[in-house]
Amino acid sequence: MSDPKAIFLKDASVSTADGDQRAFIRKALGGYYVNRDLQKARFRSWEKARDAASMAKWSAVNDLGNQLEKFVGNFEKNGGVVHWAQDAAEAREIILKIAADAKAKAIIKSKCMTSEEIHLNDALAKAGYGVVESDLGEFIQQLRGEAPYHFVFPCMHVKREAISELFTKHLGTAPTNSPEELTMIARRHLRQLYVDADIGISGANFLVAETGQISITENEGNARLTTALPKIHIALAGIEKVVKNLDDLAILLPMLATAGAGQPMTCYNTLYSGPRQKGECDGPEQFHLVLLDNGRTRLLADPEQRDALHCIRCGACLNVCPIFKNIGGLAYGTTYQGPIGSVITPHLRGLKQWNHLSGASSLCGACTDACPVRIDLHHHLLHNRRNAVKTNPTLFDRVFHFGFNFVIQRPKLFAFGGKVFRTTLPLLKKLPLPYLSAWLKTRDLPTPPSQSFRAQWKDQNHE
Amino acid sequence: MSSRENILGRIREALQVKAPQPHLQAPLTPTNHPPQGKEWLPDGGESLTESLAILEGQLAKLKTVLVRVPNETLAVEAVKLLSQEKGWKQVAYQGHPLVTPIAQSLACQTWQADADFNKQKLEQCDVSLTSCETIVAQLGSILVSSQTSGGRALSVLPPAHVVIARTSQVVPDLADAIGQIKERYGQKLPSMLSFITGPSRTGDIERILVLGAHGPKELFLVLIDG
Repeated sequence: MSDPKAIFLKDASVSTADGDQRAFIRKALGGYYVNRDLQKARFRSWEKARDAASMAKWSAVNDLGNQLEKFVGNFEKNGGVVHWAQDAAEAREIILKIAADAKAKAIIKSKCMTSEEIHLNDALAKAGYGVVESDLGEFIQQLRGEAPYHFVFPCMHVKREAISELFTKHLGTAPTNSPEELTMIARRHLRQLYVDADIGISGANFLVAETGQISITENEGNARLTTALPKIHIALAGIEKVVKNLDDLAILLPMLATAGAGQPMTCYNTLYSGPRQKGECDGPEQFHLVLLDNGRTRLLADPEQRDALHCIRCGACLNVCPIFKNIGGLAYGTTYQGPIGSVITPHLRGLKQWNHLSGASSLCGACTDACPVRIDLHHHLLHNRRNAVKTNPTLFDRVFHFGFNFVIQRPKLFAFGGKVFRTTLPLLKKLPLPYLSAWLKTRDLPTPPSQSFRAQWKDQNHE
Repeated sequence: MSSRENILGRIREALQVKAPQPHLQAPLTPTNHPPQGKEWLPDGGESLTESLAILEGQLAKLKTVLVRVPNETLAVEAVKLLSQEKGWKQVAYQGHPLVTPIAQSLACQTWQADADFNKQKLEQCDVSLTSCETIVAQLGSILVSSQTSGGRALSVLPPAHVVIARTSQVVPDLADAIGQIKERYGQKLPSMLSFITGPSRTGDIERILVLGAHGPKELFLVLIDG
């Protein structure tokens, strides 16, 4: 079974049936809602700050070519090396080559969803490098051999007992039920690995065109260590991460923290503008940046959905999404879960195979309301559905739309059809029809009115 | 064609069709003080007194321990007390007029980390003492840099971090701090600038807050008047 839709339907029905897991996820998100609202209330106007944030990204993305060239010019002037990768394979090759040239052995990584997108860890492990994820959540997921569940909270679905067992099995530590002790086990385990690593790999949250700096946001300090101790730093970023000015971060950094985790500011927000400079006592000797396209220019070419590239990956849309909360992050089968993942994955991996995610939505719009950069997420799910029908209609789509068009243009036929439907509706309930019987398992069918709307209108207006 | 040319070519082609502007609640008012919209962010205070009050509140919420002292002599005493209370034995410090006298007065092994940097040795230290660039009242953030805070690792590798600063280094908001950096460094930026907002933390296990994930578990700000 390799059809993403069939896998999705199977996985989603299994995870949705797990009431215990769903309750666990809701409880885990409970604190987030409280803290997010507290921090939002400190803004003099959250809504107007959203306007400013969306304009900052809009003006950069709609001038992407110039801003990227400006960024790269400044980045290189600061002593960094830029590599351009059109797809995942090219990005992997570039990183493997840097590692081979440096005769590296050990690699430490800080959290980077773009590296999940290109399956970097597998490629590095196959080539014989020891790769360790240093973000606690990513470290746990790496030991579990599982993809991140949520692109900001990678292991939010794993209970402490399971983490304790995992650490006992892989690290030989004594079992404990304390999140604090579990965190300290990981801290102790990773410490020497930072010191010994030859290469540190990170992502980037923003690329600042004006100064050629990359900006990394994190809470744990693992990215700070990853980019301080090894002698080579490789950052991997999508081309859409560009902002025009350093000033833009004065808006975007607090909003990312508040929308993403209910914080005033994430613990470490760090700007890097090159390898170790003259007069500095430490830092890497080489600083590489891999700029990745991998389908992003396809999304850029669609002006209707271009704003999906404004995404700052805060994860707010996942945290409020009723679908995410019920099916969980793993069922999506994508690098980016939740509403933003359902919008962009069809562009990155193909609409035909990934459009089903656009159907996995109640279109409630909670995601659009939550987005700090005002991406019109739930409408984009509708756009994807429309585009899929336009470019690749199924037999059902074609027959249904032909039939609908045929009937709707013939008032008498429409009236007759309505009459038939009203009288036979109670019978339909009893027939074992596909979809309908599943739908009616947990829902009541209302009794149809005896007259159509048009007939009622006529009567009441005495025409 | 190189990948660079291919990607840039695709971008230019894609952008030939313009995208509509985002649906804004209200048009943004042009401003002489970038960035646009900073007046909608959390307040950083109009005066130093106001900013300091906001800062105190933010630091308390973030679990950064603030120690306010009127002068440098009392700063030395404050750090001495801290050091006894915490039982620090190995202290790494940055060579700096505010920091060096304090470090050298401590009754434990002290080492100026930025003079002969050694990551193995730094890993063994209990605490680091550094200065900072700027403190942001609005968010409770402390800005350190690779040039003026003893490099990249000093402020993040040891399990405790003490920052020594003056109240004159406090600015209202993040936009002010960024403006200051641009003014101070122009095109010659330090290779790393980091806004530190509280001790290192994680919520990765069941979304329960734990301090000291990989960076310092404890963060102290010794703020000298003036």
